[in-house]
Amino acid sequence: MTQSVVVQVGQCGNQVGCRFWDLALREHAHVNKVGAHVRPVQLGGGACYVGGRIQHLKARAVLIDMEEGVVHGILQGPLREVFDSAQLLTDVSGSGNNWAVGNLTYGSAYRDSIVNKLRKAAEHCDCLQCFFLIHSMGGGTGSGLGTRVLSLLEEEFPDVCRIVTAMYPSAEDDVITSPYNSVLAMRELTEHADCVLPVENQSLVDIVNKISLMSHNAKPGCVLKKESTVTSGQGGVSPTERPFDAMNNIVANLLLNITSSSRFEGSLNMDLNEIAMNLVPFPRLHYLVPSLTPLYTLADVNIPTRRLDQMFSDAFSKEHQLIRADPKHSLYLACALMVRGNVQVSDLRRNIERLRPSLPFVSWNQEGWKTGLCSVPPVGHTHSLLALANNTCVKPTFMELRERFTKLYKKKAHLHHYLHIDGMEQSAFSESLSSLSALIEEYHHLDATKARLIPDAPRLSIAR
Amino acid sequence: MSVVTVQLGQCGNQVGQELFDVICSDARDVHRKTYSTVSCERFFRETTQGDLEARAVLIDMEPKVINHSMSKAAKSGRWRYGETSHFSQKQGSGNNWANGYCVHGPRHRDAVEELMRREVEHCDMLAGFIPIMSVAGGTGSGVGTFVTQCLRDIYPSSFVLNHLTWPYGTGEVIVQNYNSVLTLAHLYQLSDAILVHENDIVHKICSQLLKIKQISFSDINRVIAHQLGGVLQPTLTPASCGAYSRHPVGELMSALACHPEYKLLSVCTIPQMASSSIPFSTFSWPALLKHLRQMLISNSKMEGGIDWQVCPPPASAGRSRSLSAGSFNTSLANLLILRGKDVYSAETGGFEDSAIYTSWLPPDEALSLWKSPVPFNKYEKSATLVSNSQALLRPLDDMVRKAWNMFASRAYIHQYVKFGISEEDFLDSFTSLEQVISSYSELQ
Repeated sequence: MTQSVVVQVGQCGNQVGCRFWDLALREHAHVNKVGAHVRPVQLGGGACYVGGRIQHLKARAVLIDMEEGVVHGILQGPLREVFDSAQLLTDVSGSGNNWAVGNLTYGSAYRDSIVNKLRKAAEHCDCLQCFFLIHSMGGGTGSGLGTRVLSLLEEEFPDVCRIVTAMYPSAEDDVITSPYNSVLAMRELTEHADCVLPVENQSLVDIVNKISLMSHNAKPGCVLKKESTVTSGQGGVSPTERPFDAMNNIVANLLLNITSSSRFEGSLNMDLNEIAMNLVPFPRLHYLVPSLTPLYTLADVNIPTRRLDQMFSDAFSKEHQLIRADPKHSLYLACALMVRGNVQVSDLRRNIERLRPSLPFVSWNQEGWKTGLCSVPPVGHTHSLLALANNTCVKPTFMELRERFTKLYKKKAHLHHYLHIDGMEQSAFSESLSSLSALIEEYHHLDATKARLIPDAPRLSIAR
Repeated sequence: MSVVTVQLGQCGNQVGQELFDVICSDARDVHRKTYSTVSCERFFRETTQGDLEARAVLIDMEPKVINHSMSKAAKSGRWRYGETSHFSQKQGSGNNWANGYCVHGPRHRDAVEELMRREVEHCDMLAGFIPIMSVAGGTGSGVGTFVTQCLRDIYPSSFVLNHLTWPYGTGEVIVQNYNSVLTLAHLYQLSDAILVHENDIVHKICSQLLKIKQISFSDINRVIAHQLGGVLQPTLTPASCGAYSRHPVGELMSALACHPEYKLLSVCTIPQMASSSIPFSTFSWPALLKHLRQMLISNSKMEGGIDWQVCPPPASAGRSRSLSAGSFNTSLANLLILRGKDVYSAETGGFEDSAIYTSWLPPDEALSLWKSPVPFNKYEKSATLVSNSQALLRPLDDMVRKAWNMFASRAYIHQYVKFGISEEDFLDSFTSLEQVISSYSELQ
């Protein structure tokens, strides 16, 4: 049994993180009620459920924020039992949307404290497999201090997998310096993370809108199930839903599904270290586009095979990806499918065979599928699918980011805010830019092989 | 004589549990006392309370599957695993052969050897070891290879028959071809013979012959267990002089593993049908054996869609066999196992035809025939054919080709190098397997 520790940094990171803990507790309470065989909770320590109420459960988490509002909100809320004050690190003034402040100023000031808290969390674990880092890219704390934590994790725990869920800002982001923060953080992610799951706010907004459209235009007789963990936090610990909750829900579900095989039984287990192993063919190309289906369930009980197949098709459609990208028209380097619920290997194989011809895979990985089957579905669904694709469709997203960065950088706009921070050099900007360009170039290089028919490599010949 | 099975990784533990289930129900349901005793002695030991405990060592790098298999066995009420016969860790091998072979294997060597030693001590006479594993993952393949090496080192005069499950061609694990190549290349030096089941074929058996709609891994594992049981359950062999053979693994080796360059064995069974159809079917030995022979020479591992056009080339025509030419499957040696009613009257001449074999061995030595009058697993008459032939040539070649293509672009290599193997090791493995492919293609 392995454990994972969640490290949530910054406002966005903490809000998503909280949502995640809420849903995780809900999932385990539900599974316990149903009497399914549950291991001691992998995400929390010392589980003890009494009649649905959670007692003595502590989250394996470290919460970091440079202003107090969000974290204190958590401590006042119903999740306060789950977190220990020793797991929190806060300051008062925030990072002013400045990556340099987060990374360098607070990074050095709190280095020892952060390392201590991480060590403590790791010590409580029997067998630590993975660190999940959640933060946004556009702000100051999440992107700056978050990436600092990432490099600390690499230093202190080099053998433990680091999976980062990074929230990328959309073009209409109201933080002007978000391109700077994002590109500076990107360089750290490329160099220090094992896997990055990029998520774009705009995609989440689109998905949430789609869901509410479905519930308003629902045909008579089709009712959206209310208890689904994907669409609502109802039944969870927090009673009311706040504006970003629906979007954060989706990301929280992503994390739940990734860890499901480590927490529940299944006929084909897919561990977290297997994800990193199978989806990262070259060390720097570790950006995995997530997509989650189904996003809502209709309340009819029969799930005809058609609907199951529809779930698989949806996973590859543009609308279900968590970044604005179309993987079907770009090149797949590798793809992982994590299926939960009552789905058998024959359904999986049938769908892979059906969808395979329409998906372009790189020449040396024509059958590049990593599959996992977990028997326990998420709450409110009979089955669900998480697809993680290492696909060159991230290239346009990165190129756009680079463009926004260059537009500001050319004019040297706002640069002085960064440069007058102790330890920040202008070279950091140019180096991050070239790191990003090199990454884009690597993806571009692979893309170029897409249309070409690559012959098989000549085999070794044996002397007779 | 007892057989110790070693279940490695998720696949190994799941298949192993089904295998013991099949064997136990076959042994127990039968009114033939001798058969029952020999079978139980071979695979189980009796505790002081009269329960049957499997002669098995369960190894996995994470605990979920072992726990599941052990509780499933205990629930059956007829047999169980020994309380202390398992070894697991908390974190798996991450689908990485190098992690299994270079890190986990050596790290836990002592504990595993201790378990093995204890199990062997329970045996009056050791017939051999059967490690059961998959080649696609990290533990079964990597740790499995390491454990096979340990067995070789500690018990040099015992037989080791590795049972491997090859993954679906369309992928279960992205690096499965690397893991498979590394495993096969190493096992070829360590193992006495390698018995292979392919998930693709077994899946087809489930869908086309057994008519299962939603196929799960349990269905697949049950078919594999049925076929393996058909090979391993007691039989009367030419050498056993009217009693059930006491050296099943040894005799299998001498029947089939006649040359160190040729160790790949395939299995097919006939009949194979949905259990609901069995009471309505009649079986005759001539029909069963005719189909089985055609399955062998046309290289179709299941009874369905057999190509009846394929026939052995006439002896006069120049025989040149290559991978692309012809679909005729040349055998090096065959082991035919017949079970059930009227076995002694079954006419097996078709399998002694020199046209289906290479010219090295005279046909009457190339074919070995084992019989048992006891019907196996609900079939009144059944035949199992274990073949050392070109049957696995094409799947092996595909596997090496895909792995080589991936290697040419050096994809994922950094993940293996991280744990201690080098590009040189990869090249060595590729070279060994190209040698095996070349040997089998030139069989004529």
